[in-house]
Amino acid sequence: MAQKQAVSPAHRPRPLSPHLQIYRWPVTMGTSILHRITGVGLSLGAFLIAWWLIAAAAGPDAYGTFLILADHWVGRFVLLGFTLSLVYHLLNGIRHLFWDVGAGFRVRTANATGRLVYGLTILVTLAIWLAGYWVKGDLG
Amino acid sequence: MADLAKSSSPLARAQGAGGAGHGGEHWWAQRVSALALVPLVIWLLVSLVAMVGAPHAQVIAFIAEPYNAVLMVLLIAAALYHSQLGIQVVIEDYIHKESSKWMLLLLNRFLTIGVGAAAIFAVLRIAL
Repeated sequence: MAQKQAVSPAHRPRPLSPHLQIYRWPVTMGTSILHRITGVGLSLGAFLIAWWLIAAAAGPDAYGTFLILADHWVGRFVLLGFTLSLVYHLLNGIRHLFWDVGAGFRVRTANATGRLVYGLTILVTLAIWLAGYWVKGDLG
Repeated sequence: MADLAKSSSPLARAQGAGGAGHGGEHWWAQRVSALALVPLVIWLLVSLVAMVGAPHAQVIAFIAEPYNAVLMVLLIAAALYHSQLGIQVVIEDYIHKESSKWMLLLLNRFLTIGVGAAAIFAVLRIAL
């Protein structure tokens, strides 16, 4: 016992203070700041949903303008960002709700669910866009 | 909110406030609106995908459907409330100059309520 105590501290790598240039971002740090960034983005996206509804209420001409702009590559780029943000914020929000009831707090679990959210965000967004193109008739 | 307030810590309950003197209600409101938004956002995504490139008449017919109109109004209210709470925290975290902070907090509220009122009015105008 005494021998073990004398040996193990020397062999265990000592914790190093974070060096800002090389410090690796933990998964949870990335998911946290992305949650905030997508949240701010979605708040701006609320204007798009409002514009969509107001254009629909205003009549076929205003709605036609909306469709032309949404169909432009800039419009599609914005809508792709909106979809990614919404799916990410939804999935990571569910992760947050689990934390709020005290589940999934272990570091390994939190890292695994964070990676899961990243992966699912890409997959679900892809699925939504493929479904969208299919509905539009572009996929035949 | 009275029932939810019971979930705060015993000390907070005794003092009638959290460490900052407020904040418990904000935290809860953010969670409750988040919970409501989970099914509403899934419904929105499914609905929007089904209407990609759809002509005006089809979109109008969809929104005019009573349960769609009700869900849309609920979504607008919950989403903008949730957004207002979130943006408030972002402003409080990063803006420390009192005058700028209060201006932005007011702008946040006014814009949120303004956009919400306009969007809900649009839904009602189509549905009614």
